[in-house]
Amino acid sequence: MDFFVDSAGPLLTALGTTIVMALVAGVGALVLGTLVAAARISPVPVLRGAAWAYTQFFVNVPLLALLILAVFALPDAGLIMPLAPTTVLVLALYEAAYVAEAVRSGVNTVGNGQIEASRALGLTLGQTLRLVVLPQSLRAAVQPIGNVMIALTMNTALAAAVGVVELTSAVNKLNLVQAQPILIFTAAGLVYMARALVIGLGAGRLERKAAIVR
Amino acid sequence: MTAPTSSSSRPAGTGTGTGTAASVRRAPTVSLYDEPGPRTRRAIRLWSVVVVLALAGLVAAGLVQFGSRGQLDADRWTPFLSWPIWQYLLVGLWGTIQAAALVAVLGGALGLLLALGRLSPRRPLRWLSTAYIEVARTVPVLLLIYLMLFGLPQLGLDLPLIWKLVVPLTVANSAAFAEIVRAGILGLSRGQREAGLSLGLSSAQTTRLVVLPQALRFVTPSLVTQLVSLVKDTSLGYIVAFTELLYRGQVLSSFNHLLIQTFLVVTLVYLVFNGALSTLAARLRARPSRRSPRRAAAPVPAPASAPALD
Repeated sequence: MDFFVDSAGPLLTALGTTIVMALVAGVGALVLGTLVAAARISPVPVLRGAAWAYTQFFVNVPLLALLILAVFALPDAGLIMPLAPTTVLVLALYEAAYVAEAVRSGVNTVGNGQIEASRALGLTLGQTLRLVVLPQSLRAAVQPIGNVMIALTMNTALAAAVGVVELTSAVNKLNLVQAQPILIFTAAGLVYMARALVIGLGAGRLERKAAIVR
Repeated sequence: MTAPTSSSSRPAGTGTGTGTAASVRRAPTVSLYDEPGPRTRRAIRLWSVVVVLALAGLVAAGLVQFGSRGQLDADRWTPFLSWPIWQYLLVGLWGTIQAAALVAVLGGALGLLLALGRLSPRRPLRWLSTAYIEVARTVPVLLLIYLMLFGLPQLGLDLPLIWKLVVPLTVANSAAFAEIVRAGILGLSRGQREAGLSLGLSSAQTTRLVVLPQALRFVTPSLVTQLVSLVKDTSLGYIVAFTELLYRGQVLSSFNHLLIQTFLVVTLVYLVFNGALSTLAARLRARPSRRSPRRAAAPVPAPASAPALD
């Protein structure tokens, strides 16, 4: 067990990296996903089609394939960014599709009357979306979005596969030295579970506050 | 909700425990908008042009960037018109399908048992199933794979390569399947079970003959969606060097040095394969399900990784 203490420094750094990655990618996914969902229900057919294609692409292609494409292949076309930002960008783009689906499922819970009322009040399309539909959709989609965020937290582990030194790759390195796989990976698993628990509890609390009782 | 263990404080609650949150009312297609008038039609046309121009600009910028590095040269793409290359990649796809099929069968069966366990009146069984599900769905699959790769040999167990991928994926996906099935069972009207029992069927018979057939039919679209997620997970064969599509692409690219082209083609294959499955799921969801009576606002079974939609 001592080696956990000995290598506390690198492990904590790696944990920090994982958390920062998840946070940045999470915020990015939330913003982008909401925009995609808005495009998905917009009155402009081209925009709807583009948003549909976007979600279809990211929902059907494995994250690992996208990470490898972005990290190892795209530099051949001169598209190079530092490693960690690249993975965060890919993660955000990927999870944004799921956020968009979650928000759109929230849109379905907004009652017909709401939309008719905003029309009757003379709101424009943009106003209806921005002031009436999206706020309610987001509130109804708290729990599904929380699930997407938990998935995102777990998916940061895939960054290890393309060489980012985050938690999973750090414990893997530690294991190569210490050869205590069961102990080490179980400990890392507990950390991931704890993070999922925090997100889940947070989402639950937020939902109780935000939920619209109908 | 009448679920014995469901509450919104559950760490990774699916849509199951939360009737208000995720219930997608399949309302008669809500039209967000009025029939557009002349002004709106003009605005829509204007926006269409703007969006098309923006997208075209994006694609053009990408093509120029690719072209400037010679990535669009014909000789970098023509190899992918030859049969041997496709044969090589299709062997990978076959590996993907094999692994996915194994995980689907094993994970589905285990998930079914776990769902029944989580809803069981026997407390130890319920707790065990709940604990397993909550652990398995919040630990990254990659970590499970590492544990499998490095941990089991230490215990003197060395499994064939495919199982090093299939076992961790089964662990993770069985939890997801369990939650979907559970959502289906909870979505069924209580009267169904009560009717079964009052006909003199035993509890097990009621579950087997009355509850499960309806619940499973109800969640079929979500099960197919989970299948997509599972096929995506098999790309982790890349880590364990199991011959599936992504790993095959990796090996191919180290021979032909056409990284961009190879991985784009691999991505495309995934897109087509999973896109077909997703379309099937969407079809199933849209199909009017006359034969499965359920509550008015049934909870939508949403796997953690793939929020369910129409």
